[in-house]
Amino acid sequence: MSSETPVEDSSPNPRVEAARSSMTRRREGRLAAGGLPGMPRRGARSKRSNQSIMDQALGWVDDRLGVSSGRSLVDKIFPDHWSFMLGEIALYSFVVLVATGIFLSLYFDPSSANVVYHGVYKPLRGQTMGVNYASTINISFAVRFGLVMRQTHHWAADVFVGAIAIHMCRIFFTGAFRKPRELNWAVGVTLLILAIVNGFIGYSLPGDLISGTGLRIMYSIMLSIPVIGTYLAFFVFGGRYPGNGVIIPRLFILHVFVVPLIIAALIGAHLYFLVRQKHTQFPGKGRREDNVVGSPMWPNFMFKTMGFQLMVTGVLLALGAFFEINPIWKFGPYLPYKVSYAVQPDWYMGWLDGALRLMPSWEFVGFGHTIPLEITIPGVIMPGLTFALFYAWPFLEARFTGDHAMHHLLDRPRDRPLRTAVGGGALAFYFVLFAASSTDVTANFLHLSLNLVLWSFRILLIVLPFVVGFVTYQVCLELMKVPDSGKRHRAMIVERSAEGEYHGYSAEARPGDGAEELEPEEVPTYLPVDELVGVGAANEETEATSKGVRQAPR
Amino acid sequence: MKETGQLVADPDDPRLEPYARNPEAAERVVAASFIVGILCLAAFGAAYWQAASEPYLGGFMAGGMFALGFGFTAWGKYLMPRGPFEEARHSLARPEPERAAFQAAIVDRGAVAIGRRPFLVKLLGVAGGIAGVVMMFPLLRSLGPLPKHSMFTTGWKRGSRLVTARGRPIKADDLEVGGIITVFPEGHEGSAQDQTLLIRVADSAITTRPGRETWGPAGYLAYSKICTHAGCPVGLYEEETEQLLCPCHQSLFNVLDAATPVFGPAPRPLPQLPLMIDRDGYIRSQSGYLVPVGPGFWER
Repeated sequence: MSSETPVEDSSPNPRVEAARSSMTRRREGRLAAGGLPGMPRRGARSKRSNQSIMDQALGWVDDRLGVSSGRSLVDKIFPDHWSFMLGEIALYSFVVLVATGIFLSLYFDPSSANVVYHGVYKPLRGQTMGVNYASTINISFAVRFGLVMRQTHHWAADVFVGAIAIHMCRIFFTGAFRKPRELNWAVGVTLLILAIVNGFIGYSLPGDLISGTGLRIMYSIMLSIPVIGTYLAFFVFGGRYPGNGVIIPRLFILHVFVVPLIIAALIGAHLYFLVRQKHTQFPGKGRREDNVVGSPMWPNFMFKTMGFQLMVTGVLLALGAFFEINPIWKFGPYLPYKVSYAVQPDWYMGWLDGALRLMPSWEFVGFGHTIPLEITIPGVIMPGLTFALFYAWPFLEARFTGDHAMHHLLDRPRDRPLRTAVGGGALAFYFVLFAASSTDVTANFLHLSLNLVLWSFRILLIVLPFVVGFVTYQVCLELMKVPDSGKRHRAMIVERSAEGEYHGYSAEARPGDGAEELEPEEVPTYLPVDELVGVGAANEETEATSKGVRQAPR
Repeated sequence: MKETGQLVADPDDPRLEPYARNPEAAERVVAASFIVGILCLAAFGAAYWQAASEPYLGGFMAGGMFALGFGFTAWGKYLMPRGPFEEARHSLARPEPERAAFQAAIVDRGAVAIGRRPFLVKLLGVAGGIAGVVMMFPLLRSLGPLPKHSMFTTGWKRGSRLVTARGRPIKADDLEVGGIITVFPEGHEGSAQDQTLLIRVADSAITTRPGRETWGPAGYLAYSKICTHAGCPVGLYEEETEQLLCPCHQSLFNVLDAATPVFGPAPRPLPQLPLMIDRDGYIRSQSGYLVPVGPGFWER
């Protein structure tokens, strides 16, 4: 048994010893047939030389950078709960955004100068259009794999913002933002804002009819800010709308350089805080405030998460390949005096669009000035308050509950009925705003008058959050009375004998059940590979049972 | 807690078992995923080479990525030691003496070494403040011109001829009753702020506002096309109800009554352009717009 000869175990520096002795062994032929603890005997020759190269490489780097102090990162524990992968979806969407974005930037020309189109897309031939629009048409039709890349980029942006939003809900409803994680919450809120901003800028770049209309509305929102609005709009657009052709190049450099750089830096900070503070975890067997239970970074989590990156990429590519999104060739190039019916922005701008539609026409005129409150309130004040509340929430909650303690164990949402009710009400509010961005389509579809639809949404916007909040609160109270509900139980099997006698016993454990019942242990440095038979068929010393369950050869 | 370092796992430790109850089957699934992934990626290469259509390219690439990822993840989840493993979580806050020393190193050392030169500190503050302010100048001011009076003017002058986006002048008999066309002042075709809707309605139906008696000759009415709400072009004309609809946020304007908003978030009527018909039959503006066009703003 290899683990019975652990010469290295008593040495002060097992890595050095291991490297040295493996080199010795190579010189002396196959002397140590048992191998080192943690080193496989099977296929020993090739594996051993591989490991020695890896050992040497790590030693080389360690001599220069001291990487061995990063051992705790290799052993970092990631809780095994599905909800922790929502943030990963966001992260991996961002990776896809960067990759596809680099591809697109090789072909996209950020200029709104006019050209006459002579490309391969026949319906637009001979039309005058912006260079940005022409180059986007070109990416869609003349660049091989260009259309998939463009659509995948657009889908990835939609998924990116969506994953951030759902991830944020998870953090909110489980109380993961509490001390000591208020800073990371703030970083996350900033990332959400930047994701929305860069998404909006991104779909403004191609210069199609819908994106140009979006820019026009954005100009009007800037214009509506009291005192500085006119100046701000003039400076951003380089003059009175549509400016003197500078807005597209400006948005381009923001979209491909400034904002992504800030996003990348903040993602770095987000993950640095995460590693430094370690993960939160749901309460459970063996899980305490002073530990983290789950799988180690290497190799379990690395395999799972790298695989997940590939799966997210695959799904986004499939969306880009099979589901048309933003078909700008159907909208036509932007002309300031043209507009199309049923103009809707990307989904994450829907709440702002809906707010603009629901707001009554309350323009304030007085003291020689105008404040277009019908724009300022839904376009500036409402989103400003929204994000200010997001930033402030951890501190507000701590203040109102008087809870300033450290929290590493998560709440079940039902155990904090008030917070859950507030979150549910807020979600209802934003959902109504989002739905209101389709008042015209809704009215047409249901054959109702626009007036009725508008007033229904206005009333819903005020009433629904309170209804949802109240119902959520009551549901939480009911659930609290059943503490075990929602937890996984072993199934109970009841048998009736021939005599009519009933007899009950617990069903066999399902995958994961057993792990729940074990006490967590520290990650071992060496795995005794010879004894641990991962896959029966791969090892001749194993007697795999008919079910293939591992059996130690003892 | 045990000390991290050279822990050798006990081979009988159930935490080292794979998560899967049937690892052989799991390994087969992983292998199958990898094979599918490899085949899809190879197919992508072939399809790209043969210039297949985009859904094929994207589909093969997507399938390859997803299958590889699925295998990878399944390997990590089902075929590796299932745990649970744990790591200790130590307080991030340092013990009080260390924290006090850190605070002292920054605050006290700074107070002594820097604070003894209060005049220089003040100068530094002034320098920082002025740098912050003046560096904003080029960042903002160079970006665009000052608004000055430009928000109050358009390209429409007294006697501007109405032309289409392509520059064709409009004559008094060009439109039928119920007809609508987007016009610009001659020389400003396609301009964003000058865009104007020319509508011809039955002359008798118009509610004329005081002072606008001569603005609509021969049933011709001209309104700024820029919505007074958020600036979208008010592009939809419902001839039956004589109303203009903005497709962005559904503001409705009554064409017959000086384009007053009758529904939606727009706060003001669309500004009306006074028209006249010259001796040659061309429609011209009597003057420019008398009020600023478009959405509201502070100086308005």
